[in-house]
Amino acid sequence: MAKGKIAKAENNQKESSRISEKTKSRLWLLLSLVAAIGLWTLLSVLPKTSRSFPNIIVTVKQIPVMIERGLLFKDISSSLISVGLGYALGFVIALPVAILMAWYKPVRNIIEPWIQFIRNIPPLAYVPLIVIAAGVGRKPQVIVITIATFLIMCITIYQGIINIDETLIKAARVLGAKDKDIFVRVLAPASLPFILTAVRLGASVALTTLIAAESTGAMAGLGMRIRTLNNSYETAPMLLYIIIIGIIGITVEKIIKLLERKLTGWQEKREI
Amino acid sequence: MAGKERDIKVHIENVKKTYMGRTGEVVALNGVNLDIKDNEFVTVVGPSGCGKSTLLNILAGLLEPTSGVITCNGKPIKGTGPERGVVFQQYALFPWLTVLKNVMFPLNMKGIKGEEAEKIARKYIKMVDLEKFENHYPKELSGGMKQRVAIARAYAANPEVLLMDEPFGALDAQTRTQLQQELLDTWEKEQKTCFFITHDVDEALILGQRVVIMSARPGRIKNIVDVDIPYPRNQETKMSPRFLELKNLIWSQVYQEYLEVRK
Repeated sequence: MAKGKIAKAENNQKESSRISEKTKSRLWLLLSLVAAIGLWTLLSVLPKTSRSFPNIIVTVKQIPVMIERGLLFKDISSSLISVGLGYALGFVIALPVAILMAWYKPVRNIIEPWIQFIRNIPPLAYVPLIVIAAGVGRKPQVIVITIATFLIMCITIYQGIINIDETLIKAARVLGAKDKDIFVRVLAPASLPFILTAVRLGASVALTTLIAAESTGAMAGLGMRIRTLNNSYETAPMLLYIIIIGIIGITVEKIIKLLERKLTGWQEKREI
Repeated sequence: MAGKERDIKVHIENVKKTYMGRTGEVVALNGVNLDIKDNEFVTVVGPSGCGKSTLLNILAGLLEPTSGVITCNGKPIKGTGPERGVVFQQYALFPWLTVLKNVMFPLNMKGIKGEEAEKIARKYIKMVDLEKFENHYPKELSGGMKQRVAIARAYAANPEVLLMDEPFGALDAQTRTQLQQELLDTWEKEQKTCFFITHDVDEALILGQRVVIMSARPGRIKNIVDVDIPYPRNQETKMSPRFLELKNLIWSQVYQEYLEVRK
């Protein structure tokens, strides 16, 4: 009897987990959102933190205010242009450099230590040097983001290429593939997952470098505006801008993840 | 004499291979001599580190010997060639290609494209009984199925010599037995010269016409045993007195080598 009961319970469990896997994760997301808003509200009430964290209603009300001031869309588009340009440039440079590093040992030996070295320096530290060299305006912003995204994407793609299973190359060779075939039909598809991972990490770095990039005397931009609002203690629009950066980041990540599933679904395992 | 020489498919003469290890020069192979006849099934056993994989890689053209002569069809081996196919232990299927596309790969390399390539590929997929899986990706297949695809792919290239490097080594005992049987059946139907490496004496005996026993450090051929058990062979063959007798003989020699390696 007891056995029957257990079996039944197990069955029920299986049934419920099967039906609602998607709904369940949505419910968790909702719960997590409620918890975050709860914490936020709490912070907005506590005397110590209330100045930094205006409550959700006050923050959301800043949207029309910032639009009216003619800043919100200008800032978003300015940041997206800088991020987009720097990120695209970073990728265009990173891909061939990573391939060269994987292909030729001398190139690797000369470049890799410096990539590792510069990667650990916060961009904010070398921004003044770039401004002195490139002047103010769009140019230094793009350069800062290009450097930061290049470093992370180059190292990720390079690591991926050198870790490609060598037996695949051997197999292709014994099946009659020439160097060109190996490049196009083995190395390219085998590195695609790492390239997409690099693209994802690069997008995240591009956004986290935004503040540094826009501290170069930018005229507009999400990062620049946060610094300006900071000077006048306008915490509500600041918080709004911070959340907007987060939303942009998670949207880009979701799009790239979708791309990964579409293009590299053949992988045994993914996720880095 | 002339007739006999024409029968020889692969000729290995005094092959030596050394490479630089961490502690200096390592001799992987030293003075290996072996002739493999056309359509012969030769299996190789030996302890790990005896250089059997090195020898296979040299035959495949993926490694170059330090010295010595190797010919296939009387011509010296230089790099990989369409007359020699390889099946690896790790399957080495292209994970981004479906079963059908994997088997079509060598055909595409030969310039055979489209429907014609598909037709030939399907013939070999049918040979390994995977018609229902031709549109699956490797990740959706079990280890045994993956190795079947790899065998079909090697056959699709239509090589004269099939080199197999412990192809069933990563499979469970049951699947391994099944694939051995399938390989025997295939070989009897479509004969090819086979050079099959294994560490499993049973496997070496059930498959091979000759079993080459290698010794380690440096790798060389210790003995060659003629397996005078007629084909077709099957799992019952493994119970026959002659099989057990040869198994004892080979095992004792291989065991000696294991002890030698442990010293």
